[in-house]
Formats: sequence, structure tokens, C-alpha cells
Amino acid sequence: MTDVIHSNPVGDSEPSGASPSGSGTTVDTRAGGLPDRFDNPGLPEHRPRMADIDVAAARRAERQVAICFALSAVGSIVTIVGYFLVRLAEPTAAELRTSNTLIGLGLFLTLFGIGVGAVHWAKTLMPDHEQIELRHAVESTPEVKADAADIVTVGIDESGIRRRPLILASLGGALAIAPLPAILLLKDTGPNPGNSLRTSLWEEGVRLVRDPDKTPILASDIEVGSIVHILPEGLVVGGEFSYLEEKAKAAAIVLRLEVEEVAEAARPDSYSGLVAYSKVCTHMGCSVALYEQSTQTLLCPCHQSSFDVLDNCRVTFGPADRPLPQLPIGVDADGYLVATGGLKGTPGPSFWELG
Amino acid sequence: MITVMRARRHRLALPLLLLASLLGAGLLYAAMTPLATATAEQPVTAVADPTDAEQVAYGRELFLANCSTCHGFDAEGGSTETGSEKVSGPSLIGVGAASVDFQVGTGRMPLQATGPQAPVKQPQYDDVEVKAMAAFIASLAPGPAIPSEFLDPAAGDVGEGAEVFRTNCAMCHNFAGSGGALTQGKYAPSLRDVEPVHVYEAMLTGPQAMPVFGDNNVSPEQKQNIVAYLDYMETESAPGGLSLGLLGPVSEGLVGWIVGIGGLVACAVWLGAKAT
Repeated sequence: MTDVIHSNPVGDSEPSGASPSGSGTTVDTRAGGLPDRFDNPGLPEHRPRMADIDVAAARRAERQVAICFALSAVGSIVTIVGYFLVRLAEPTAAELRTSNTLIGLGLFLTLFGIGVGAVHWAKTLMPDHEQIELRHAVESTPEVKADAADIVTVGIDESGIRRRPLILASLGGALAIAPLPAILLLKDTGPNPGNSLRTSLWEEGVRLVRDPDKTPILASDIEVGSIVHILPEGLVVGGEFSYLEEKAKAAAIVLRLEVEEVAEAARPDSYSGLVAYSKVCTHMGCSVALYEQSTQTLLCPCHQSSFDVLDNCRVTFGPADRPLPQLPIGVDADGYLVATGGLKGTPGPSFWELG
Repeated sequence: MITVMRARRHRLALPLLLLASLLGAGLLYAAMTPLATATAEQPVTAVADPTDAEQVAYGRELFLANCSTCHGFDAEGGSTETGSEKVSGPSLIGVGAASVDFQVGTGRMPLQATGPQAPVKQPQYDDVEVKAMAAFIASLAPGPAIPSEFLDPAAGDVGEGAEVFRTNCAMCHNFAGSGGALTQGKYAPSLRDVEPVHVYEAMLTGPQAMPVFGDNNVSPEQKQNIVAYLDYMETESAPGGLSLGLLGPVSEGLVGWIVGIGGLVACAVWLGAKAT
């Protein structure tokens, strides 16, 4: 299959074994002036490398390869030194940085030195004769094809399936039903999501607590121009609910605007200028928490969706499609902020059934 | 003639000339631009005291001479027309001494040019003058005072500071305080090399686009923890090696694409090239 040609000079009219075999080499002459088939151009002239004709160059190449391998060895030593340089108990960040830098550079030298050395060796010093590997047609010969067809026909005849329709029908039926158990087992892959995508832990009477210290918030503590990041009370790590799953839906913010700035639609669910909104972007669920107090814009850092705080968090820019759902708030008997209901919309990114 | 010139010129002459002129232009630009990030901190000697009539009078004098064009003679806010541009300043009544110390002490005020945001620059006044203006503004109406406690990074808890920072600050200022972009040309500045007192004042007063993080929301202890976290990020960051500016996926991706993939392409080209 492979023909090896040693130093094949140009002009050799038909290199041995290089004649195109199989079909597919005829060229449509209608395009004008093109020949029926192209001549094999053969190989370009073999040019000896410097190392082939000059002993000094060969020695130089040998040295270069050796230097590469030596650098690799140096890299290994640097790696080992970098590893043991750090006190293993409580290293400082600076020590870790030095150690990691040495380990990284050392490993790079170790592997790259061997690789470069080996390739340079092969390219400059090892034999460089060109090789030709001819392409052959992938199609089988007519005899092989006829043989294969025979095997199938004889097999069908010998099985007698044409004469026994009962067997054919029952086999078809069995094959049709066989996948059903497999589909049935898919049912056990997990509970159905049900309504969980549309709901969150926010409901009437749930206190608003600060993230991350989980302290309740006095309405009087929030100044105009402030933003407070909140979670529903009771959402703690290792608590009753799956912390991250519920936080992903319930994370919200409270802002204090001037009372007259609050949008008409948001007013019934606000408390003397305090408005609360889900901070989970309705596009892809990033945390919309870049609050520009001077322009009353909430900006999502992922895809620059912008929400107008003064217009009930309407989308003013970006790929988000729905406003941030408002959280209706009030105060309890002790003056702490509480939710007076669930979020006024589905929190987080839109999904298929949401429409 | 042309062939003679070609023969004389080295093939690297043009790229080298280009590189040299770019470098020259860059150096020239750097030399002629005022130092934007330098906040040469003067030793804090003065205290802004709104009950000190002498200091308030001096502050008022400075205010009338330097700030009243935009902010009005009684700091009630106003606007002025300079040529085709209309410059207006907000009212400063009730913004407090902390706001003045932050805006003037970091060089943001007086404003050099109108724009989406006032940038940090070399402060124009020394500490005594800043504190006098702060005392004058504080004498007009009560407002946040210049903090004097909870400013010691060494006394804060880095871990708790990091948690509070990630919840309240990181979305705009980046996880490591490297700063980031906002809308319409505004940006959250880098928090590196910012004095603790200015970090504290910014949270207290909510300058420009930044919201207010009052002491009832983020307690003084938490603010000190944040200062400690920022200090830690300046001195102890990047245990993995190069920090690449701590900008997250942007600089890391750039290096990955250019150095990483570029290096692989160079290796592939070398592998495929014939030895001479």
C-alpha cells in the first residue's frame, strides 16, 4: 500500500508505482482546455539539509537537541525545588505564589524541553526521505458485492420467514413493544418540577433578612439611595430548605426611593418609599445588583439587561424580556420589614412553559 | 534609484521604525497626561469641626472661590453656562463632611471636565483646606461626618469582609475590587490603593452612581472588615502566580487565546516546516 521513494528527482516522467489507480481521476474537458487526466507531477527536488552536508551544522544540531533535553532536566529540578520551597503548614499567599510559579514554569520546561528536543532531533538529524502513500478506491469489487448479496438472500430463504407469516407478525409485535419498559423507567429519574419554578419562599408574613448576616431589617434603618440585599428569614445553610436552590429564586433587594418617585403600579406594594424586587435576572438568572443610584437603573452584569427602578423595573435595555418581579412589603408589629405576599411574578429566567 | 534604496534598507527597518514611533508617542502621551491615579496622601492632621467658627469661615472662603460657580453661593446647587456647555452642580446641603472629604480628598472635585463620571485625580487642596470646606458644608445641615474609627485593616476580619464585599460590592467593583463598567460611560472605579477612610466615606455617602451603604445596613465593623479584605487583596492576592490584573475571565481569556492558542499555532507551524 505504501510506496517509498528515495530522493526522487523532478522530471522523472512516471515515478514507479505512482500512477493513479482506481477511478475518479478523469477531468471534465467541457470546462475548456483541461486534459483528461493530470500527469503525476512527482515529488519536488530533494534538498539536503545543512546537517546532511555540513558536519559542523550536524554537530550544532546535536548540541541544540542536547540543550533542550538538559533544559527539561533543569525544569524537573525547578519543579521539585518549587514544591519543597513552601512550608506545607500554613504557607502565606506570597510563598504559595512563588511555589506555584516555580512549579508551573518547571513543568513547562520539563515537558516542552523534551518535546522540542525530540522534534528538533527528528527534523534535523534523522533520515529525511520523502514517502508517498497512494490513495485507493474504497468501493468493494463487484464479486465481493455479489457474494454479500448472496449471503443475505440465502439467509432469508433458509429462515423460511416468507412461508411462516405468524412468526413475522409476532416478531414485529414484540419488537414494537420492547422499548416501552425502557421509556417507563425514565419516570424514576426524578420528581417532576411541578410548580417549583414559579414559586419561591416569599409568602405573607416572612421577614426580610440581610444577606449574608441574616439579620432582620428595621424600615427606619434604610436611607434614601440605599440598596439592601435580602433573603427570606429561615433560609439558612443546612436548614429546612435546599439553600442554594431556594436562594436562586428568593434573592432580592430593597431600595429606598423618595416616596413620590415610586411608580404608580409599584406603590400599593411599597412601604413609604421602600420597594423590593427580585434580583434574579429574568433573562438568564444572573444577579441584577448593579444599582446605579444616580440614574435609578438596575444593571445585569452578564448581558447588560437594564431595569428602570422608577418604572416598576421595566426592561429598558438588553435581552431580558420581563420586568423583575416585585416583592410586596410592609412592616410587622416590631417595625421589621416583612413580605405581605409572594413575588408578583415568576422569579428568575423564563422557561418553556412560561410563554 | 529605488532598487538601491531597497537594498540598503534592512527588512526589519519598517516594523522597527513603527515600533519606535509608537513607543515614542506613548511615552510622550504618558509624560504629558496628568497623573490620573496618584492619590498622594497627605498626613491627616486637620479635623473638620462644624462648630469651629474660624475653620468654617475659612472653608466658606475656599468654597466661594472654588466651588460656588457650580454649586451656588450657599451650596444650594445651581448651574452655569460656559460657552455652549451648561454645567450644573447638585445642592450640597446635608451631604455632610464625609462627602466633601471623599470628593475633594480623592481629587474627584473640583471637576476637570463634564462627563459621565468624575474621575480620580491628583487632589487640588491640602488636608487643611479639605477639612475646612468639609466643616463649612457640615455647618449648613447635619450629614455624615468624616469617620475616625473602624478604619484599621489589621483589626478587621478578612473572611467576613470578603463575604460582605461579595454580597454588596463585588457586582460593580469586581470580586477583587478591580472595578468594572456600568451604563452610559459610567464605571465602578478600582478600589486598589484607596485609603480606608475614603472607602468608608464612599459607602457612607454614596457618591455619584454608587448607592448608600449606611451604618445601619453595613455596620462599622463590617465596613472595617471590607477595608481589611481590600487590604488583603492588595498584599496577599494571586497565590496562583500571575494575577493578570484580577479582572476575571476577560484578561485570562485574552492571555489564553493570544499566548496559549497563539503558542500552539506557532508550534504547529514549526512542526510542519521543513528543516533547512
